[in-house]
Amino acid sequence: MGDGAPLMDVVLSVRNLTLHFAGVVAVQDLSLSLREGELLGIIGPNGAGKTSVLNCINGFYRPQAGRIVFRGRDVTHLPPHVRAQLGISRTFQNIALYPHMTVLQNILSGRLLHMRSPLLACGVYWGLAQREVLQHRERVEEIIDFLEIEAYRDHRVAELPYGIQKKVELGRALAMEPSLLLLDEPMAGMTVDEKADMARYVLELREVRGLPMILIEHDMGVVMDLCDRLVAMDYGRKIAEGSPREIQHHPDVIRAYLGEEHGEAEEVVGSA
Amino acid sequence: MSQPAILERPAVQTPRELEESLRALDTFPKRLWHNAERFRDRVAFREKEFGIWREITWRQYLNHVRACAGGLLALGMRRGDVVALVGDNRPELYYVALAAQALGGVSCGMYQDTLADQLAQLVDFCDARFVFCEDQEQTDKILSMEAHLPKVERVVVDDWRGMWRYRHPKLLRFTELEALGREFLSRHPDRFLEEVAQGRGEDVAIFCLTSGTTSLPKLAMLTHRNLLSQGENFLAVEPHVSEQDEFVSFLPFAWIGEQMLSLTLHQLVGFTVNFPEEPETAQRDLREIGPHFMFAPARIYEGIHSAVTVRMLDAGLLRRRLYGAAMALAGRRLDLEAEGRPLPAWLRVLWRLCWWTVYRPLLDKVGLVRMRVAWNGGASLGPDYFRFFRGLGLNLKQIYGQTEIAGISCVHRDGQVRFWTMGAPIANTEIRIADTQEILSRSPSVFVGYYKNPEATREALRDGWLHSGDTGVLDASGDIILFDRSGDIITLQDGTRIPPRLIEDMLKFTPYVQQAMVLGEGRPYLAAILNIDFHNVGKWAEDRGIAYTSYMDLSQKPEVLQLLEGLVQQTNARLQPAWRIRAFVSLYKEFHPDDDELTRTRKLRRRHILERYGDLVEALYTGAPRFQATVTVRYEDGRVASLHPVLEIRRLEVQG
Repeated sequence: MGDGAPLMDVVLSVRNLTLHFAGVVAVQDLSLSLREGELLGIIGPNGAGKTSVLNCINGFYRPQAGRIVFRGRDVTHLPPHVRAQLGISRTFQNIALYPHMTVLQNILSGRLLHMRSPLLACGVYWGLAQREVLQHRERVEEIIDFLEIEAYRDHRVAELPYGIQKKVELGRALAMEPSLLLLDEPMAGMTVDEKADMARYVLELREVRGLPMILIEHDMGVVMDLCDRLVAMDYGRKIAEGSPREIQHHPDVIRAYLGEEHGEAEEVVGSA
Repeated sequence: MSQPAILERPAVQTPRELEESLRALDTFPKRLWHNAERFRDRVAFREKEFGIWREITWRQYLNHVRACAGGLLALGMRRGDVVALVGDNRPELYYVALAAQALGGVSCGMYQDTLADQLAQLVDFCDARFVFCEDQEQTDKILSMEAHLPKVERVVVDDWRGMWRYRHPKLLRFTELEALGREFLSRHPDRFLEEVAQGRGEDVAIFCLTSGTTSLPKLAMLTHRNLLSQGENFLAVEPHVSEQDEFVSFLPFAWIGEQMLSLTLHQLVGFTVNFPEEPETAQRDLREIGPHFMFAPARIYEGIHSAVTVRMLDAGLLRRRLYGAAMALAGRRLDLEAEGRPLPAWLRVLWRLCWWTVYRPLLDKVGLVRMRVAWNGGASLGPDYFRFFRGLGLNLKQIYGQTEIAGISCVHRDGQVRFWTMGAPIANTEIRIADTQEILSRSPSVFVGYYKNPEATREALRDGWLHSGDTGVLDASGDIILFDRSGDIITLQDGTRIPPRLIEDMLKFTPYVQQAMVLGEGRPYLAAILNIDFHNVGKWAEDRGIAYTSYMDLSQKPEVLQLLEGLVQQTNARLQPAWRIRAFVSLYKEFHPDDDELTRTRKLRRRHILERYGDLVEALYTGAPRFQATVTVRYEDGRVASLHPVLEIRRLEVQG
């Protein structure tokens, strides 16, 4: 429920976005906008172009047409790291952590953008640099506490179960202190308990920190429960937009899902 | 809203009277006040938060208690009121408990894993007006049962995390309680000490849940004097505990053992109590602190043993050999010591060598290397475990006692630690064996009765003697030898009497068996129900490329059953023929307190298990090769499903 947020405080506005790869159309003339504190879900069958939209927003892909405005600034032509500095942070569908580093180090890597001390000073670890490192560590510990992964602090990521790795990834994205968070299937492949945990974190981020987020997720139960607003995509186009209720009953959405052969891939395996 | 605060003015006292009362040190709040003067900025508590150990000094401890007490006064707490507390171990639990006691109230700890309806039943039964919940989980339990808790006026919550939408009028943050208290005390600055001075040693300090293995739990009422004399009498025989020591508090606050250490001994001696970050990090935090002593129930030692064994099974050949040789040497030494024979020089030298190469590094890994003494309380620990730990050079000792005698009545004396006894009485404690062989005890620590249960009180307390319900004998040196609970002893068809615990401890002495229950009352032979250890057997299966989906699936894998059969055979080989297990089954689930199969301190509730698995027990004795069980599963989202696992019943040939 959009809490009646005024239309003024638009965080992100994507206008007429078009992206194609050598003739294959990934995203076609797509527009969407995100308001302050809002949780927007993007749904659609596999290959609908959901991840491509996120990749355009954070700068991995350069769209052939369209404009992306983030907090009043046109970022369409900015490289990813600059957008990250502006506050756009994301998680990945396939975990993209540093597998041989510990949980702590991985999350700390999200703080790199905020490091001010020069490299040499950090090497000496004295005075200002030391104070800064301690501050970053404090931020990271708050995130570890938030995600309840204290027990894994010093474990190497590669040794950890998938569900924990997903949490670590969210942790690293949060370490950047984003003002926009893009979540690409944060709950895929998780157990019911882990999904419930992740849903709790997402809700808390919205409720307590008012962090605007875009969520791609296949688990319809989760999407319908959590999101304020949904955008449904099929073949790179936006086919519907509205509240979860409206989307659920939208004829085009139903057609996209039921008409598609691999409609809903992520069926939760029920117990026999 | 709660009723307007009724400010019962304490009886007028001269400053001299007040001073004298405080100096009597006969209650915990008086002790705390004294300790804050005595120890000032020494560290009372240490809590790991955000990855860092944060220190709380004795003066800060007192200030927190003062603030909480002020808050409770402002909320209308009266003398004699009960405050129920539930949550993982945190300093805040002790602040609130001591604040309640400072106002002449009673603290009543609840086990944090108690289900909502049971918790509500207990909270209602103890007539608590105030409940302290550590986090959202516990708060949800209380709020969901609000209709059954008419007497609860306020619920104080420590960690507000996840509760951003909670607007319940009874809810109050811990920080709000303290702020309320500071504000109240700024208007009534002398009130706190006046209240403390009103306290007397014979006031009830805590209600403690007894681990009733047989019926509904009972609340034992223990006075300040009960607890403090317990501590003093215990220290008289264990005088080494010092204020320089470190202790880690990781066992449930509701358990008498935890009250005994983190409340009584803490106030008496003034060592530092450390609180782990989360229950999951307790093992690691224990190692970081390296405590000097520990008081834990058998399952903790069983857990450490199984963790070590599993790691050794995984180690390379050289390490395994070295470990095997070192453990054999340790056994040799223990045997010689038990026989009272002198140790040959070569053995001493080799033992030292093993201490530095094997025992010490091993103890260090599990955080026990600095430990001067480890006490095992609750149920007794199997002899195999005793040999293991003492072999490593850990001074493991048995403690015997009941909640009703404030926890401890007997403890092993140094130089007289024998696996089969429970030790000798502590100072000012008498132990007597009744004609019925029941163990009776008498000391200043014997409780005043069960709350609102005069019948049970009459049964337990006769002529000042505490009737334990345990049977045993005293040996020549005055040590107590405990038999199984009289009701637990199995009488076979031919009249053979067998204590099941002994065999169960032997069965469990492997990382693969989590729980074992031996049965055979009125039957021709013994049988056993085993719980595999999911983690360790799961790893064992993975190492062998055996795929499994769930506990249920894993428990019935032919390879796993084969593994269990081997273990049972090993146990049988050490037992006389009549005591051997002739049939066993690997259960499709672990015994669990939520299903009333175990007590909250993880003791078997035999009668309940026999009832619940009556058909399975029948099948164990009819010669059936397998048994189809019907299991109703209730998922967390409320769905109910019915499963029909088929359990294989393994039978063993017993020669001789």
